[in-house]
Amino acid sequence: MAFLSEEKIKELAVKANDIRMSIIEMLVEAKSGHTAGPLGMADIFTLFYFHILRHDPKNPSWEERDRVVLSNGHICPVFYATMAHAGYFPVSELKTLRKFGTRLQGHPHREYLPYVENSSGPLGSGLSQAVGMALADRMNKKDNNRFIYCFISDGELDEGNSWEAIMLAGKLKLRNLIVIVDRNNIQIEGVTEEIMPLEPLQSKWRSFNWHVIEVSGHDFGSLNEVVEEAQAIYEKPTVIIAHTIPGKGVSFMERNYKWHGKPPSKEEGEMALKELKNLRF
Amino acid sequence: MLNPKLKLNPKIFNDDVEQAHIRKGFGQGLLLAGEKNENVVGLCADLTESTGMNLFADKFPERFVQMGVAEQNLVTVASGMAAMGKIPFCSSYAMFSPGRSWEQIRTTINYNDRKVVVVGSHSGISVGPDGGTHQALEDIALMRVVPNMDVLSPCDSIEAKKATLALVESPKPAYLRLVREKTPIITTEETPFKIGKAEIYWMPDVGLAQVGIIVTGGLLHRAILAAKELEADGIKTKVMNLSSIKPLDIDAVLALAKECKAIVTVEEHQIAGGMGSAVAEMLSANYPTAIEFVGVRDLFGQSGTPDELIEHYGMGKNSIKEAVKKVLKRKA
Repeated sequence: MAFLSEEKIKELAVKANDIRMSIIEMLVEAKSGHTAGPLGMADIFTLFYFHILRHDPKNPSWEERDRVVLSNGHICPVFYATMAHAGYFPVSELKTLRKFGTRLQGHPHREYLPYVENSSGPLGSGLSQAVGMALADRMNKKDNNRFIYCFISDGELDEGNSWEAIMLAGKLKLRNLIVIVDRNNIQIEGVTEEIMPLEPLQSKWRSFNWHVIEVSGHDFGSLNEVVEEAQAIYEKPTVIIAHTIPGKGVSFMERNYKWHGKPPSKEEGEMALKELKNLRF
Repeated sequence: MLNPKLKLNPKIFNDDVEQAHIRKGFGQGLLLAGEKNENVVGLCADLTESTGMNLFADKFPERFVQMGVAEQNLVTVASGMAAMGKIPFCSSYAMFSPGRSWEQIRTTINYNDRKVVVVGSHSGISVGPDGGTHQALEDIALMRVVPNMDVLSPCDSIEAKKATLALVESPKPAYLRLVREKTPIITTEETPFKIGKAEIYWMPDVGLAQVGIIVTGGLLHRAILAAKELEADGIKTKVMNLSSIKPLDIDAVLALAKECKAIVTVEEHQIAGGMGSAVAEMLSANYPTAIEFVGVRDLFGQSGTPDELIEHYGMGKNSIKEAVKKVLKRKA
């Protein structure tokens, strides 16, 4: 991982915008799926797949790769789109999302798409799997060689299983585990603080013996810096609470929980693409 | 007579037949597995000694993970460790895992195809005085309906040890079902064991059997005693040890059904969805056969001694004999 130049940041912003357009296109075609979360996480996924991760899209099973565990599998449109743009599989395949026979299942499935580390969808269990991976790497004395990155949603912090994993990782002091919480403040039925308040979220994690950092989920420079900080923390696992705007980039979707679980219609998709195409970086 | 080819324990009919914990057999097997294979790891949800995992934990503390009372985390962390090449065994009481951790097992172990062995101790009614909350009578059903999951339920301590060692070599995820109480030693170190293979433990001295008794788990000894008494009453039976519920030894079960044309299944589990259901599903499609089911009839358990409860819920020696006589009358 290296310094992010202004030029590189601009490059990433353009890439993230391409990924957002792919997300809209694939969801319009699929006629079902989640929109707000994937758009909100596009910048973070872009930064990871085009700057931070040690990985090789041409050799996805490279043993030394960093591991990415996506826990909230429903945001897979951003996962698939980023992987396609990074060269794991053709961008044209994105149009098969959720269709019969596709490798791009409605929620990611490792059997069909071996480039993903875990099948996911049911909430609250991805972090446990990442804890298991980080622990196994420590047992194998590989915890200095690579990181286990786990992406989770804020809504899935309602799950008891999440806190079981958070408690264990704190106990084990897993320095090779870095969690990114998509703090977009929405879940299916409304805003998180009304459905089941999570705040004070920072102090909850801290009291479980984690290193806690908050950051904007749309500022490449700051995001890159906090990941570097997380990698430097030696005695604890780190959680990065990334504040994201659900529906980011499409004005009529931003911050509206009703876009959590539905796709744009053809017309809405065209409006969204028009907006994204006209963004300047 | 006992099947002479299987080298079973000759003292099986003695009043002082040696008894041992099936869960301790698992513990010994896991210790041996740990010595043979450094990738074997143990995870436990605050029941290390009760599930027999303490032998492994004491010998290999660096490969043991104390999870606390957190069964959902238990199985999902195991899935993550399997992703990095470990061979995790994760143990708790069956009521809590797979009882509480079922969806996590299905998604992160079976669907995700991560080779993890889920070990559920204290299954069945013979948990005894702890009462109905702790008596897992549904776990076979929960686990056998999940694709990509083997289900093993050993009959004694020695077989539990062999099953544990076999599961280290098996490529698939599995559920290993154990019971709390000591049970009589039926097998010996020489008795063959293979995942997916059922064996006839008791057979007529000469001629064909009239009824086939298929048993899984700790009730096998009672079934063999029942078979011996039935022989004295002039009823010839064969007793099959079906410790491998999934994969089911279709050839062996079919052969038994074709010979006897009447089957009794025996298990410490709800009749609905258990081993008997697995046998019935297969036979009804391939060779419809009269079956009587010995098991729990859609009830929860309660406190009592294991013997009291096994008798009360109709799984004792006399209940097995009655079921044999009943199915004999139904025979076409």
